[in-house]
Amino acid sequence: MSLLAGLGAGPAGAAGGAAVVPAPRRPTSRAWLWLLLPGLVYLLLLFVVPVVALLATSLYAPVPGGELGQYAPALRVANYADALAAFWPQLTRSFGFALLATLAALLIGYPMAYVIAVRARGRPLLQGLLLVLVVAPFFTSFILRTIAWRQILADDAFVVQALQLLHLLPEGGRLTATPVAVVSGLTYNFLPFMVLPIYASLERLDPRLVEAGADLYASPATTFRTVTLPLSLPGVVAGTLLVFIPASGDYVNSSLLGNSTNTSMVGQVIDARFFRVLDYPTAASLSVVLMLVILVLVGAYVRRAGTEDLL
Amino acid sequence: MPRRALPPGEDPVVAALVAAARGARAARRTPPRAADVSRRSFLLGALGTAGTGALLAACGTGGPTGSPATTPAAGAGASDATLRWANWTLYLDQSEDGGTYPTLDAFMADSGIDVAYSEDVDDNDTFTGKVSGQLANGQDIGYDLVTLTDWMAARWIRQGWTQELVKENVPNAANILPGLADVDFDPGRTHSLTWQSGFGGIAWDKDAVPGGLATVSDLWRPELKGRVEVLSEMRDTIGLILLEQGVDVSSPDWGDTEFEAALDVLREQIANGQIRQVRGNSYAQDLVSGDALAVIGWSGDVTALNFENDDRFGFAIPEGGGTLWSDNLLVPSTSTRRENAERLMDHYYDPAVAAQVAAYVNYITPVEGAREAMEEVDPDLVDNPLIFPDEATLSQVKVFRTLTPEEEERWNGAFLEVIGA
Repeated sequence: MSLLAGLGAGPAGAAGGAAVVPAPRRPTSRAWLWLLLPGLVYLLLLFVVPVVALLATSLYAPVPGGELGQYAPALRVANYADALAAFWPQLTRSFGFALLATLAALLIGYPMAYVIAVRARGRPLLQGLLLVLVVAPFFTSFILRTIAWRQILADDAFVVQALQLLHLLPEGGRLTATPVAVVSGLTYNFLPFMVLPIYASLERLDPRLVEAGADLYASPATTFRTVTLPLSLPGVVAGTLLVFIPASGDYVNSSLLGNSTNTSMVGQVIDARFFRVLDYPTAASLSVVLMLVILVLVGAYVRRAGTEDLL
Repeated sequence: MPRRALPPGEDPVVAALVAAARGARAARRTPPRAADVSRRSFLLGALGTAGTGALLAACGTGGPTGSPATTPAAGAGASDATLRWANWTLYLDQSEDGGTYPTLDAFMADSGIDVAYSEDVDDNDTFTGKVSGQLANGQDIGYDLVTLTDWMAARWIRQGWTQELVKENVPNAANILPGLADVDFDPGRTHSLTWQSGFGGIAWDKDAVPGGLATVSDLWRPELKGRVEVLSEMRDTIGLILLEQGVDVSSPDWGDTEFEAALDVLREQIANGQIRQVRGNSYAQDLVSGDALAVIGWSGDVTALNFENDDRFGFAIPEGGGTLWSDNLLVPSTSTRRENAERLMDHYYDPAVAAQVAAYVNYITPVEGAREAMEEVDPDLVDNPLIFPDEATLSQVKVFRTLTPEEEERWNGAFLEVIGA
């Protein structure tokens, strides 16, 4: 909810600040350094140190004849090759599922954001209510919601029964333990992250621009394509990132709604390697690979979308 | 303060959102302990052993919050009159309203020892993962008594993470069933005492499988395609397949060849869609919802499920044989309250107390004489072979042999690869 509060305050504050301050005053002290310090220490302890430890662990080698989970510092780059050779299907599946979930969330989320931001404009009560509805699922635990999905998609529950009745699902077909269930779960769980940024972009869309489009004899579709959509693009970019990144590392949906061999995602593998096999180097190298791939994909995407300033 | 001018085109709202989300991601990477644990407890289910309530486990408090570390380590034997015990969910008799534990209250009143009871163990691996660092460094792990399954108890004892028990302090330990008095991971039970035991076997929905199942191969019947679930606990799933193939899992005379043969069966049944999912404790929910009609599961779970579902499920030890596993009470090497733990063990090895616990948890009680005591507690349960197995039942089950660290790592890895994790 603070996210929403921030949304309202953000643009006004930023615009006001930029307009009022004429020329930056020379900083007279180094006080800013001290202001940065807590953040730097925090990042150093909770981000830099763990990442370095992760990189180091990913290169560890087993101790011959050692106890379970005993590894010694080494530079065993082969850990990466081994991990990729064994788990590339789960890795590619993770990104595939995340991509599908992102597209689905965009298709579902954009109209939602559009209705709330544009159609419901001028009716703050309705707008507020709709926004609360979008965020409301966050009031219950992520896990419980996903568990609930398992009940909803169960073989004897109405969704499967109805789909079978409509012959959309073959007799004896099922939803749980299938990729469909996992992608649906990912889409559902991350949908608000898509809706909110798009809403934020559309909310400040100047209606006069749309009216101008109509005045110039553009059809509503053309106006949407040439005016509304480009103006909401920053929201779309932010939304897709906010869905894609967590979705590709997610393992809750795949283990609760999937958990069969054709649904397992890389997060599950990392978890199993770390806690069950105590194979820390493989878990660490897979984590590093996951981080790097996300970094590269997101970098390429943002560059292409022309919104580097976002990051 | 000079404000950094926003580059043209940047949307401050979106920037704020991205920043907020980045913060959330960073936070997710280093989650607070409690949240971390409760989530994981759900994901993995309680592999290894008992506790029917995965759901309850996840709803309850997850992390080590349940038992605050009271006094820092000092002295030996017992530093004060407290005891912190980590156990599994639904693994101790509870009062009707679920608020108190009658046998534990009796112990506290008797001994004057204040017990902080917690259901913090929901998975052998994750629990151990949480405390292994402290154990290795000799720091207090926040528990004076832990309950772990055989193979994990074996690992703890091997690593020197447990304390030797003083037999004189636990006279009732003599009541242990003969079959449990000596185990390969702890000869003579010098470091551990059995808490409860259970069978790994096959269970089915009686409505859907009216004839019941007799062997593990019956799970591969065509009419059950896609409705079979097996445990993600390697020793039970692979153990039952090995037994079906005529391998005595308790003997040391089998190895890679036999393991591979059993793993091939599992691989094939997963690949051809016969096995729907490989699950931890949550297979129980799938039985109830009807997604699973037949499973490899644990005896106590099925007994408990039947209480709530009008005897809907059948359980059998397959003809090839079933697995017998136990959970063990261990005193961590870092505890300073070993004597208190020993008094508690002694209390629970009193047959009357053991019967009271067994009547609630429905697993096999390790205490000789509990059956006679059960006459007083609940006469209906006296003849329940899943709580008081007779010789014939016991001859059908085997304890999975203790693996070498090398075997454990290799086989666990291979098993997890087959089940897709």
